[in-house]
Amino acid sequence: MPISQIVNLAAREEEEAQAQAEAQTPAIEVHDLTVAYRTQPVLWDVDLALPEGKLIAIVGPNGAGKSTLLKAILGLVTPVTGWVQIFGETYAKRRSWVGYVPQRESVDWDFPTSALDVVTMGLYGQIGWFRRPSKHHRETALDCLEKVGMRDLAHRQISQLSGGQQQRVFLARALAQDAKLYLMDEPFAGVDATTERAILTLLKELRNTGRTVVAVHHDLQTVAEYFDYVVLLNMRLVASGPVSTTFTADILQRTYGGRLTVLTQATEALLQQRSLESAREEGEGE
Amino acid sequence: MILELSFTARNVLIGATLLGALGGTLGSFALLRRQSLLGDALAHAALPGVCLAYLVTGAKSPLPLFTGALLAGLLGAMLILATVRWSRIKEDSAIGIVLSVFFGIGIVLLTYIQKLPAGNQSGLDKFLFGQAATLVTEDLQVMAALGAVVVLFIALFYKEFKLLSFDPAFGSSLGLPMRRLEILLTLLLVVVVVVGLQTVGVVLIVATLITPAAAARQWTDRLGAMVLLSAAIGAAAGVAGSLASASVPKLPTGPVIVLVSSCVLIVSLLLAPSRGILWARLREKQVAERIRGENLLKDLYLQGERTESWDKPLTWPYLMGIRGQSSRDLARSARPLLGRGLAERTDDALRLTADGRAKGQQLVRKHRIWEVYLSRRLELPSDHVHRDAEAMEHTLSEAAVSDLEQALGFPKVDPHGSPIPPRRVDPLRTSA
Repeated sequence: MPISQIVNLAAREEEEAQAQAEAQTPAIEVHDLTVAYRTQPVLWDVDLALPEGKLIAIVGPNGAGKSTLLKAILGLVTPVTGWVQIFGETYAKRRSWVGYVPQRESVDWDFPTSALDVVTMGLYGQIGWFRRPSKHHRETALDCLEKVGMRDLAHRQISQLSGGQQQRVFLARALAQDAKLYLMDEPFAGVDATTERAILTLLKELRNTGRTVVAVHHDLQTVAEYFDYVVLLNMRLVASGPVSTTFTADILQRTYGGRLTVLTQATEALLQQRSLESAREEGEGE
Repeated sequence: MILELSFTARNVLIGATLLGALGGTLGSFALLRRQSLLGDALAHAALPGVCLAYLVTGAKSPLPLFTGALLAGLLGAMLILATVRWSRIKEDSAIGIVLSVFFGIGIVLLTYIQKLPAGNQSGLDKFLFGQAATLVTEDLQVMAALGAVVVLFIALFYKEFKLLSFDPAFGSSLGLPMRRLEILLTLLLVVVVVVGLQTVGVVLIVATLITPAAAARQWTDRLGAMVLLSAAIGAAAGVAGSLASASVPKLPTGPVIVLVSSCVLIVSLLLAPSRGILWARLREKQVAERIRGENLLKDLYLQGERTESWDKPLTWPYLMGIRGQSSRDLARSARPLLGRGLAERTDDALRLTADGRAKGQQLVRKHRIWEVYLSRRLELPSDHVHRDAEAMEHTLSEAAVSDLEQALGFPKVDPHGSPIPPRRVDPLRTSA
């Protein structure tokens, strides 16, 4: 066997090994994370590894630290202990790989600016210091508005948009970041049915093109339908894993404690979903 | 005009215009970041700086006084930012505390200076309420230089400041140093406040920041336009104020500037299209008038439907009776119908025209389909649906009603058993 071939072979092996290692590198790895506001702990000792290319829901009762977890991953709050890695590197090194959709209520929608302008803000990192957005940037922003079905409203002042449309503007801004990993704080909160469907389609499209989406989600009834993977949080990590194995009545009970009404509804929805799926599988089997 | 002004008056004019433009520019950002009072606190915080600078140098020369004011203002600003960040005290309280503590120190120092042998001539008390007439050419040079620096920074960091004002958390997630940008913007605010101290004074300076910005916001929905307009309003108020005080003796410049921009603000609050209070009232009135008219139209239609005679005029007293309205109120309700040719008045009676009958039919249709929807889909008892339908008949669109009708399987009657009229009838045919 000629030397060159051996070298080639070795190189290929190395490449494969590297590819394998990359495939195993989680999109987000959280280790021993504790976050406190003043002396009040909000997150305790969270260890997490979230896989790449999945739609991931973070669920838990109010005050469970869901938004805080997102903010800690983004470096917006400083943890007491622990660290976070994005695709095997610190967040600072991977920042350009991460897109962020904050809660809609976090900003003043009466701000004097247009939908297009807000989406363009997603490009400010690329545009760089001392430069104005160019025509090229504006076109990119328009394309992103198109993807959320908002191109015709690009020049509208943002207070003239409905809640669902405002949420879509935020999503378009995140799309403009062209990230590998998206962190979204309640993207489905307070939107109309049309927007909910549009957002879901978009999230699935992101996942199907290899992106990872992590969303704080409130509606337990739709978790099983919308997401692949779920993180259950109540200050501590209760469980995380694929929806099919982890989103069970037992684990929900442990996450939410005695809040039965929420639980019964969610469990019912879950059972319904399961029976639908099994019916579909049986139908396919015949 | 300017040539006719005295040397002092010309200085005042230039200084006031400069200050107005700068205040308007920075004020836009302060207003949008809800930090209007921060400017006020910074102005008060600058006073001890001015006094200390005087005590150290023993003279009232512009540069040391500016520097002293700048440093004290900065210290105040940083204390506010630090208090909010590191303690449980909220921003409004932090602003209040810093404002009063610094101002207290300033007043103590000022009183002490006044009691010094040369203190009476120091003229430092002018910093309290401002006295533009004391501006000398050297002051203007310092003001212009600082102003140029401020404008340069705003131009350089415009898009970052916009993001800081709109969504700082998102800015941080992009990796932009939002905290440093916040400090820079606050620093620029301090500079502008210090520039304005001598002209407008500690007490009123906040008005030169906020008033033009609030007025400008009324007229535009674009940040860029708002900043420019705000600067223009500020500058115009500066010109007007200084000219007024130059032509009328004993009229103080600073307060007049503030009064002029306040007038612009009041006019803007009332008259600006889309955001103005008057236009909003007018639109409300128009809607109320339309609803009153539609209610009468529906009553006329229902009477026709009940008696199956469409051409018989309904007398004024009869209508007053069934509607429980005074003659004046009935006339008010009838006015929009008469104006749009939906009803005719003959002597003391009203009669629907063909158009009016078609329009009334559509209203009744909306009302009854909505009642069906409420009782079937939301399972409300039939005696609970009327009030809600009364409101919806004025807002539902034709298309929405048709969709609803289809979704409900084309019902024939409403929950009370009254027939639901068809989609639209050609008015020409029904008039026969």
